[in-house]
Amino acid sequence: MLKLKLDVLGGEKQVYKILLKQNLVPDVHLFKVEAPDVAKKARTGQFIIIRIDERGERIPMTIADWNGQEGSVTIIFMEVGTTTRRLGLLKTGDFVADFVGPLGLPSHIDKFGTVVCVAGGFAVAPMMPIARALKKAGNKVISIMGVRRKNLIFWEDELRSVSDRLIVITDDGSYARKGLVTEPLKEILESEKVSRVVAIGPSVMMKFCAKTTEPFEVKTIVSLNSIMVDGTGMCGCCRVSVGGETKFACVDGPEFDGHQVDWDLLMARQRIYLDEEKESFEHWQAQHRKL
Amino acid sequence: MGKLNLNRVSMPRQDPKVRAKNFNEVALGYSMKQAREEASRCIQCMRPPCIEGCPVEIDIPGFIQAICDGDMPEAVRILKDKNSLPGICGRVCPQETQCEIKCTLARKGAPVAIGRLERFVADWERANKEDLTAPVVIPKPTGKKVAVIGSGPAGLTAAAELAKLGHSVTIFEALHVAGGVLTYGIPEFRLPKNIVQAEVDYVVSMGLELKLDSVIGKIATVDELLENGYQAVFLGTGAGLPMFMNIPGENLNGIYSANEFLTRVNLMKAYLFPEYDTPVKRGKKVAVIGGGNVAMDSARCALRIGADEVYMIYRRSEAEMPARREEVENAKKEGIQFKLLTNPKRFLGNDQNWVVAMECYQMELGEPDESGRRRPIIIPGSEFIIEIDVVIVALGTTPNPLIAQTTKGLETTKWGTVVTDGKTGKTVKTAVWAGGDIVTGAATVISAMGAAKQAAAAIDEYLKDLL
Repeated sequence: MLKLKLDVLGGEKQVYKILLKQNLVPDVHLFKVEAPDVAKKARTGQFIIIRIDERGERIPMTIADWNGQEGSVTIIFMEVGTTTRRLGLLKTGDFVADFVGPLGLPSHIDKFGTVVCVAGGFAVAPMMPIARALKKAGNKVISIMGVRRKNLIFWEDELRSVSDRLIVITDDGSYARKGLVTEPLKEILESEKVSRVVAIGPSVMMKFCAKTTEPFEVKTIVSLNSIMVDGTGMCGCCRVSVGGETKFACVDGPEFDGHQVDWDLLMARQRIYLDEEKESFEHWQAQHRKL
Repeated sequence: MGKLNLNRVSMPRQDPKVRAKNFNEVALGYSMKQAREEASRCIQCMRPPCIEGCPVEIDIPGFIQAICDGDMPEAVRILKDKNSLPGICGRVCPQETQCEIKCTLARKGAPVAIGRLERFVADWERANKEDLTAPVVIPKPTGKKVAVIGSGPAGLTAAAELAKLGHSVTIFEALHVAGGVLTYGIPEFRLPKNIVQAEVDYVVSMGLELKLDSVIGKIATVDELLENGYQAVFLGTGAGLPMFMNIPGENLNGIYSANEFLTRVNLMKAYLFPEYDTPVKRGKKVAVIGGGNVAMDSARCALRIGADEVYMIYRRSEAEMPARREEVENAKKEGIQFKLLTNPKRFLGNDQNWVVAMECYQMELGEPDESGRRRPIIIPGSEFIIEIDVVIVALGTTPNPLIAQTTKGLETTKWGTVVTDGKTGKTVKTAVWAGGDIVTGAATVISAMGAAKQAAAAIDEYLKDLL
């Protein structure tokens, strides 16, 4: 692996090559990154921490795919803030400073019966390996994929290929069914016996999926996207309240029982740095324009 | 014996008002003249008690004599013979309770400033590298491989000692920079990161491999390392798991563990935000809960990034504070306000989940407890409110459970520390040693280094007997 000299602390350090960058839909990119140590051990549901360069933040991203033989790990991200905008400018063949993992506990995969997988927005990426593993374990997999509008859909065929049934929903009705993911979820729960629901997406979507399944008493697994720093249990930034107990999303999760999660606390903690995120982005834009 | 000189040369420091607003080093270091003056106070005891106080047994009178003789390369050689991290130890060791307390002149109230002299020698070396003749001579490779987990004080020391003996060493570090607590924990103004980097580089220059971004327990377990070519493993992963108080409101926005706050500020350089991308909340009224060195570091960082007022909330009195005296004095001079005999009851938040105040009890001291310190007792009905917008909880850390959870046959205590034989750092698991905070719980840099040195010697013995 390549070692490059980094500017701030002097020393040489291993860096990670982007083997492939793909722009999937507007603002959503795929990176296939050369990280053999991570690829060798990656399991469904785990995440990595990426840092773009010496000045970058450490950001967690769920693993979307991996290839142990090739030594590669695939992540998918949406441009929302400074780090993801900066990442979005990188190209195939570029490097990132850090790519740490596989972190967190793997998903619990078993033969449950019928499992509904609900993916909101670009969370179809982290959902893919989970749906695939559930299917392989002998479950009947019904997937629901919800996006805002038609031009944001990707991996529809991929998700369909690991599902017994796929329902696509758009907020504005520009493609397939119009509405919210919780509507078909409720219909399925009413019409057949479901053993488990897995919901991944924006916190508010996961919260309402959990609310939808609660009356049916169907175990609902969610993957929490808390703010993290080290990702190894060192700082407690990602603490969440689950069943009244404080847990660290990085080491106790990222997957938890959605019925036990204190969603309001999670969402409040996700807003801690709203002001700073804005400041950081404006600062970066001003600098970026100069270049 | 000639007349004793009891005029300890004081350490030049940045002015408190100025330094409270910057991250430059507080202590400026001796000049050559000051160093030689201080060194000349050493009476060169026949049986030097100071060496007994040093966990890594530096020949203290030896290096001090070399300063007196003006032979700086010799001072460096003597120091580095026992200590691979002198620039770090000269700054952060609690010399006042280790070597200096044993100094013969300590009885007269003026021990030789061993720490300041150690720092002086290390700094001289960095500034005058080309004058140095004898780098460490690495013997013929033994062909034995050792994995060192963690690159903090314990890991770096174990790695350096093992490399000096000719073993092939790989250090695995979870973070993106080496140094452990020296990098993420201790702030720039107390331990500049270029000094940590220089001493890490020195250790790495002995021919060992440093693998960053490598979380053992995730990319490989300890058992897998032993199955894949490493004949021995040293665990030096420290105590990285923050303790919280489990009182109401602790998950409110604006409440940090000291680990998170210091990691953001030091490792991620949030004090340079937005030049650096990682943010940290810059509170106006900050409460730091605790009374140790980590609490002092947190309070002084909070002040430097722009707090108007920083309160040190400690449940006992100042006499019981575990922080170094020197750092307590530094903090006070910079304007940190000490609220002693005070303990939080709960945190109060607004409708946006932000902390706005904390309710505290007034405490009084009772009989001594098992730690020998007088036990703090709540005064009934004494609750009062302090308005604050950021809280930093600095109540200590325990070992990260990742290694223990993923390693077969390791024995741990109820505090999560790894059980060893105490002397050599040998764990109950074959071929695995441990040292530093992972064994003792949060302690000092130098005690971790001392333990690592003993473990390295034991590992060397073990490897010699292997075919």
